[in-house]
Amino acid sequence: MVRDMTLGQYLPGNSFVHRLDARSKILLLIAYIVFLFLCRNFVSLLIMTLFSFLIIFLTRISFLKYLKSLRLVLVVIIITGIMNIFYGSGEVLWQWWIFTVTKGGLINAAFVVVRISLLMMISSVLTYTTSPTDLTDALECLMKPLTIFHIKVHEIAMMMTIALRFIPVLLDETDKIMNAQKSRGADMENGSPIRRVKALIPVLIPLFVSAFRRAGDLATAMECRCYNGGKNRTRMKVLHFSLRDLAASLSSLLIFSAIIISNIMFSNVI
Amino acid sequence: MSVIKAENIRFVYGAGTAFEKTALENVSFEIDQGEFVGIIGHTGSGKSTLVQLLNGLLKPTDGRICLNDKDIWEKPKKIRNVRFKVGMVFQYPEYQLFEETVYKDIAFGPKNMGLEDEELDKKVREAARFAGLREDQLESSPFELSGGEKRRAAIAGVIAMDPDVLILDEPTAGLDPLGREALLSQINDYHKVRKNTVMLVSHSMEDIAKLTDRLLVMSKGRLIMLDTTEKVFARGEELEKIGLKVPQITKIMMLLRERGISVDTSALTVEKGFSEIVNLLSGINR
Repeated sequence: MVRDMTLGQYLPGNSFVHRLDARSKILLLIAYIVFLFLCRNFVSLLIMTLFSFLIIFLTRISFLKYLKSLRLVLVVIIITGIMNIFYGSGEVLWQWWIFTVTKGGLINAAFVVVRISLLMMISSVLTYTTSPTDLTDALECLMKPLTIFHIKVHEIAMMMTIALRFIPVLLDETDKIMNAQKSRGADMENGSPIRRVKALIPVLIPLFVSAFRRAGDLATAMECRCYNGGKNRTRMKVLHFSLRDLAASLSSLLIFSAIIISNIMFSNVI
Repeated sequence: MSVIKAENIRFVYGAGTAFEKTALENVSFEIDQGEFVGIIGHTGSGKSTLVQLLNGLLKPTDGRICLNDKDIWEKPKKIRNVRFKVGMVFQYPEYQLFEETVYKDIAFGPKNMGLEDEELDKKVREAARFAGLREDQLESSPFELSGGEKRRAAIAGVIAMDPDVLILDEPTAGLDPLGREALLSQINDYHKVRKNTVMLVSHSMEDIAKLTDRLLVMSKGRLIMLDTTEKVFARGEELEKIGLKVPQITKIMMLLRERGISVDTSALTVEKGFSEIVNLLSGINR
């Protein structure tokens, strides 16, 4: 059933990571990604991997969920991994026809696979532990400096919030319309791809009509309450930068410095 | 012979997941050809799940549903044929309209059945007449119609398939009183002329009392009463216990009875109640 789908990927909880400020989570994620790609030898990569597992452990979310997030990019991981094996330089280990496996290639492949996997899992930490509304609030806050370029940050954030809010509503609506058309004999499961695409028309048109109707209703309702975005708006839930965030930032800083140091101390392989 | 028979149906949403929720438990009934059956129940009592099981949109977790004595899930590939025979009008059906003209929209169902040309044309025009649409409206866009007319067009789209059983889920929700009256009498006419089986889900006890012969009463996923409409409403106290009401006129009769006035509490329509009270008063005067 479409209805059983959870909104986005958010998994409510009360762990240390859940309670971090969404803004610090976003900034730390960006820093994490930068440093993940700055790892230039196996010691750095090991530090990063251990750090990642610590974060995952702190979220108190089953590791299986993270493996599921990897499933989405499994094809990418496998293809880039294989490509890298054959496109390296250095000592030749094995050769057949046009395929050459080099030591450099193997190392590259290992790095790429670990990096993409970690990147995916830690990005999932953000979406798993932060509610969509917190996320858009945080983005709005972080994008605020862009207002000097006359970018309507508040409006963009509002649009994102509304879009997220309406995902379950529209899924529900799709479910209903599909049932109604199936009751009139619409066949959406069988037939050639072209027929199946055509079978979607009776669902998509009513869905668009209803989306526009809802958008109109929402706009009217917002205007009736004198909604006026942007300046001087206060919030019900104010984001707080707490001691917890400070602790998380400092320990991340520590790990990131460790990576720089290990990059300097050990010989770099990539 | 029964048209639809449900045998010990159980239905669980999201079976095998963390969101498992039993919607129906041990529901059995038989409905005969030509009956007008009402389904009542509190919100969340399983009415919608039940009707979706009857036309094969959902598959029962346990139990069987038979249409003309044949299990509808015998050949899962042929489930479409069941949906043609058990026509289903959902709540707010006007949101399913999509074609360029009302005519084409009504023709969607019968076309899926494989009907063509004259036969198709006949079905569409007949259905439009039953639903109370004017001939000239057939060529206009369904999005230009008024709310009530849109609903008629959507109902016509189901009637056009000429189903053996017509199920209507809250067909009058959101209509004005005149629109309600008109639509209900049209449905009643359809039932009388075609002699089809009709099932009506409604929260309006007045509508139910006026139209139906028998009633299915659902509560918390169970079928708790199945009897003629008079007999069900005669058990007013029980209905009130599960959050349902009796028609207002029946309620008045029940209150009169409570005050010690001996009236017949089985009056379901205002006309019957009126004559009952007139009889009572003329008896006193004599």
